[in-house]
Amino acid sequence: MSETTNGESVGWQPSAPVNYSTRVDKVGTSARTARGIRIVLAFVLAGVMLIPVFWLGLTSFKSRADAIAVPPKVVNFTPTLEGFVNLLSDRSVLNARRLELMKERTDLTWYEEIALKNGQQITGISQYVGRLRNSVIIAGTSTILAVILGLLAAYSFSRFKVPGESDWLFFILSTRMLPPVVVTIPIFLMYRQLGLHDTHLGLILLYTVFNLSLTVWLLKGFLDEIPREYEEAAMVDGYTRLQAFRKVVLPQAVTGIAATTVFSLIFAWNEYAFALMLTTERARTAPPTIPTILGRGGVEWSAIAAGSLGFLIPVVIVTFVLRRHLLRGVTFGAIRQ
Amino acid sequence: MTAFPADSTGRQGQRQISDRAIKWIFITPTLILLILLNIFPLFYSLYLSFTDFSAITKDPPVWVGFANFGKLLNDPQMWKYFATTGRFAFLSVGLQTLIGFGMALILREKFNGSGIVTTLILIPMMLSPVVVGLFWKLIYNPSFGIFNYLLGYTSPVGAPDWLATGNLALWAVVITDVWMWSPFVMLLCLSGLNAIPDYLYEAAAIDRASSWFQFRRITLPQVMPLLLIAVLFRTIEAFKSFDLVMGMTGGGPGDATELVAVNLYRMAFQGQWRTGQASALAYIVLIVIIAISNVYIRNLNKIREG
Repeated sequence: MSETTNGESVGWQPSAPVNYSTRVDKVGTSARTARGIRIVLAFVLAGVMLIPVFWLGLTSFKSRADAIAVPPKVVNFTPTLEGFVNLLSDRSVLNARRLELMKERTDLTWYEEIALKNGQQITGISQYVGRLRNSVIIAGTSTILAVILGLLAAYSFSRFKVPGESDWLFFILSTRMLPPVVVTIPIFLMYRQLGLHDTHLGLILLYTVFNLSLTVWLLKGFLDEIPREYEEAAMVDGYTRLQAFRKVVLPQAVTGIAATTVFSLIFAWNEYAFALMLTTERARTAPPTIPTILGRGGVEWSAIAAGSLGFLIPVVIVTFVLRRHLLRGVTFGAIRQ
Repeated sequence: MTAFPADSTGRQGQRQISDRAIKWIFITPTLILLILLNIFPLFYSLYLSFTDFSAITKDPPVWVGFANFGKLLNDPQMWKYFATTGRFAFLSVGLQTLIGFGMALILREKFNGSGIVTTLILIPMMLSPVVVGLFWKLIYNPSFGIFNYLLGYTSPVGAPDWLATGNLALWAVVITDVWMWSPFVMLLCLSGLNAIPDYLYEAAAIDRASSWFQFRRITLPQVMPLLLIAVLFRTIEAFKSFDLVMGMTGGGPGDATELVAVNLYRMAFQGQWRTGQASALAYIVLIVIIAISNVYIRNLNKIREG
């Protein structure tokens, strides 16, 4: 305990070595008890915040019946991948005779076995797989575009005088200020005219513009932090502006670019409203699809939970990777740590 | 560059031109995309808001002046949706501010594992709101949801059905929104708290100031600017709220959770296709958001100066 409290006063070196806190308000037992209570509270808090995610995870490994058991089952159920199989496959119900035939077969894969337990036969890959693929294509492409375009624009805004700079920067941000429906009404009419409704290209373009608000603002912040003198020195040494940009600025901005990319990816990956209103079938992404996953005769909660969990896991991982940049990312670079 | 030596004035001129060119080459694609997919659509829908256009008919838009705005502002139902949205925004932003600030106070001092704990708490705000809405629907389910059990109801008989009861449904949405976004307020408050210099507290402790006095005179004023930014961000988001409600209630039961953004969607797309009127409503929402932001920013500046 004395070590940790002492650790807080690093940077201030008293003449005689002390092994107690040098902060007058951090001594005595009551301060220490308060600290202990805080730590316990912090863990309790994290636990409470994670209950819903934990519950989602549990539900995704339950069978259809266990998922809707009353009272809810927390530990007393057998984990199964039924939810995931049902999410990813189309199935048909077998009649009694064909069920017998299927049961005699020995060449069934594990997922066919799971379906068979419910008297079903897998007939193909479900719609959801295609929607998930759309999500990957659209989020990925729009992120790459938004980061490249945003990086170039941010460099211009950061290093040169652009006429009407603050107006542009404001307009860039305005897509985010408005309810999605406001943006969508005119876009919908435009896309219908241009034949871009329900196409990958249409959604990619819109997400790119949507994400440009984030990438331009974030990257401008990161680039502003790189001293101009670096490029100027390089240019005095004979580099052209482009070479200086590529060989001096870019390596310095790598962390910022990576963080921006991931934020932009999360936004595109999570986006629901535009996809709901601008796509119907071919280009529809996963978020508007997940609420419509229905089983035979009622909501299939384990499949929905499986879909949600699979959808959330990448985001959770990314949150951990990005934790140092979170503040900047969620405030569009307005606040830097 | 070694290929262009010697004549230094020529090189200088070349670089001048190329800087200008680079500036515009770098910025033009972004500006074109913005004009096409952001600025033009905004003006287009401003025009549409003065017409009776419907996206499913072949009729061209007919200019109707302020009729759409008049109709919307005279519709008591519309005022009700705005009131619901205002209540939702007030309740959820208020609770988020309190809880987020509280969490930041708990987490401000580093301990072993505090980084991990903080990140775990931040997870909800990174998730997709529609998916969050959906799995909270499972949690709120009156018979097999876990929410009522955690509240102490041991059987579904007599336990509240959160999403199907008029008064409770909005609270259910508020609770979910608070769960999702308190971490956001916490994150901003933490950065504010970490920036407070230690010597302020030491001086206060030497003067034997009570902890309440320290909180009121040091902590609160120092964190206030960031707290207000958090509140501003969250209020704007609350007025935009769409995904979460769509995932949880779809505006129901009845119109208990029918927020303006949800109603806007219904008016513009679902069945009604009143494009002109929806555009007018969109602009009313826009004006409300801008007005709120201005009030906040003015207060924020006042606090910064004072």
